[in-house]
Amino acid sequence: MRRYVILFTLLVLFVGVTIWMTAIQQVGMFKMFPPGKVVRETIKHLQIVGAAEAIAIGIGVPVGFIATRRAMRFVSPVLVGIANVGQTVPTLAFIGIAGAVLGMGYRAAVVALFIYAMLPIIRNTYAGINSVDPAVKEAAQGMGMSRAQVTWRVELPLARPVIIAGIRTSTVVNVGTAAVAGMIGAGGLGELIVTGIAVRVTQLTVQGAAPTAALAIILDSLLGEVENVLTPRGLKVMKEKQWQQ
Amino acid sequence: MIRLENVYKTYPDGTEAVKDLNLEISKGEFCVFLGPSGCGKTTSMKMINRLISLTSGKIYVDDKDIMSFNPNELRRNIGYAIQNIGLFPHLTVWENIATVPMLKKWSKQKQLDRAEELLELVGMDPSVFMYRYPSELSGGQQQRVGVARSLGADPDILLMDEPFGAIDPITRSKLQDEFLKIQAKIKKTIAFVTHDIEEAIKMGDKIALMKAGRLVQYDDPATLLTYPKDEFVRNFVGADRVLKGLRLYKAKDVMKEPPVTVKIDEDPARVKKRMEESNTKWSMVTDEKDRFIGWIASDDIKGSKSIKEIYKPPTVTAGPDTPLNEALSMMINSTIGTLAILDEDGKMLGVLSFDIIRDMLGQEESEQQKETKASGEKS
Repeated sequence: MRRYVILFTLLVLFVGVTIWMTAIQQVGMFKMFPPGKVVRETIKHLQIVGAAEAIAIGIGVPVGFIATRRAMRFVSPVLVGIANVGQTVPTLAFIGIAGAVLGMGYRAAVVALFIYAMLPIIRNTYAGINSVDPAVKEAAQGMGMSRAQVTWRVELPLARPVIIAGIRTSTVVNVGTAAVAGMIGAGGLGELIVTGIAVRVTQLTVQGAAPTAALAIILDSLLGEVENVLTPRGLKVMKEKQWQQ
Repeated sequence: MIRLENVYKTYPDGTEAVKDLNLEISKGEFCVFLGPSGCGKTTSMKMINRLISLTSGKIYVDDKDIMSFNPNELRRNIGYAIQNIGLFPHLTVWENIATVPMLKKWSKQKQLDRAEELLELVGMDPSVFMYRYPSELSGGQQQRVGVARSLGADPDILLMDEPFGAIDPITRSKLQDEFLKIQAKIKKTIAFVTHDIEEAIKMGDKIALMKAGRLVQYDDPATLLTYPKDEFVRNFVGADRVLKGLRLYKAKDVMKEPPVTVKIDEDPARVKKRMEESNTKWSMVTDEKDRFIGWIASDDIKGSKSIKEIYKPPTVTAGPDTPLNEALSMMINSTIGTLAILDEDGKMLGVLSFDIIRDMLGQEESEQQKETKASGEKS
């Protein structure tokens, strides 16, 4: 409950600041962005994040899953190593490289973002599937479940909360990274921030930064709910038990 | 029925886990694979449902080669229970139990009915436990659900890999007793793996003792204990094998009629005379309704007016189904050295004493020696 109050307060604060900044219309010789522009760039921002995230999930979850298969046991440590190291590369460098290779704009931004967003998804999927108790898998196989049944009925339901947690982390990080993508002309709320920095008008920067923060909070809460709904009840019961002990 | 013929298992790294294993488990028989860790007992068991593939040899289940089945089909018709239980934490108790029925596409109602029936069989109240999750159960309860789950689609054959290994000794012993009762009802053909000789003796109709991938001795528990084939078997069953063997007998098998019984209202002087005549130190005292109420010592009788004043209530009594090993330790604990065996109503059935047990062991030994001699002459 307290968590919701804090989140809601922050959300109101950031939305309020955005409206306030838009309402002052002019700072010295500089005009603030009009409301229409703010809304358009917010939608653009969501598009970039959404597209990158969709591709990242589409590729990251299967890759993370395949990495847990026995046949891949020599490859997967390398793969997971790359995923870990990849996350330490600064986002700015990532986006810079993508921009240089693919040309400035929306496409480069989505590619950079999707690669970056895929890493935590691969890592969490791999960890989630690997954390399934071997005894549970052995029992499933010993009772006559086919490989596909073991995967769909046992491994994936049990790994689901961890996989979704990875998607949630990656989405929230992505909202921030997408703002940096404004620097390579991808559009989105980053454009407002970059403009503000370029002309040294703090109010303009805040006009872009506040809605970015609001987006991150909204998406995080939404995915938190998704995580909650998709976690099997038996696992929630188990967690509660562990807390009590 | 399970038959293993010339079964070998060699792992890719060259380890020979099982060598030339030949063994038959008859229908309804409880066979225990026993041996130290790494002897190949678990490998042998897992080859039966093809969780581990054979290197060479044949395994037949009900006279059909297991290789002629689809492995998943085969496994759905063989119950499987393991030490770490492996209940599905995200599924309720009933869904866990109905795993194989679900795989066999039974109707939902049939699955529910079966789960309820099995919970009752393992002594858990369905109205309480059907919709619980595994994490809400105690270790013993989880193990029961594991056993119930292995019986899900009523298979004729059960494979059990140390199913009572991971629980505390008291609960384990209780679950063993309960499972024996269940087995008496359902009469499955069972391959049961353990490294615990006590468990093997208690549970098995037959014990397959293995060492380094080979079957060393395959006999019923009494024979294994009385006639260990070689030094390894003798060491494995332990120096106390005679004591362990006592577990195989029940009080009712060896108890004797008490030489003297005394009614509570009898005249002490006459009692003393009778006891002296039959040379017994302690006699059993019964009340008007023939129920056992205690012991009387001939030394205590002198001059007493009535038995009532001088008899001693018993410290321990046993039932007809008490295993002899337990009966013996009761005797050691009691001051009298004689144990009264009573039925449920407290009526006297017989007595056990050190002498009776010693005589019984002597007889067993000589009878079996005769048998082996006879069979030796035949062959």
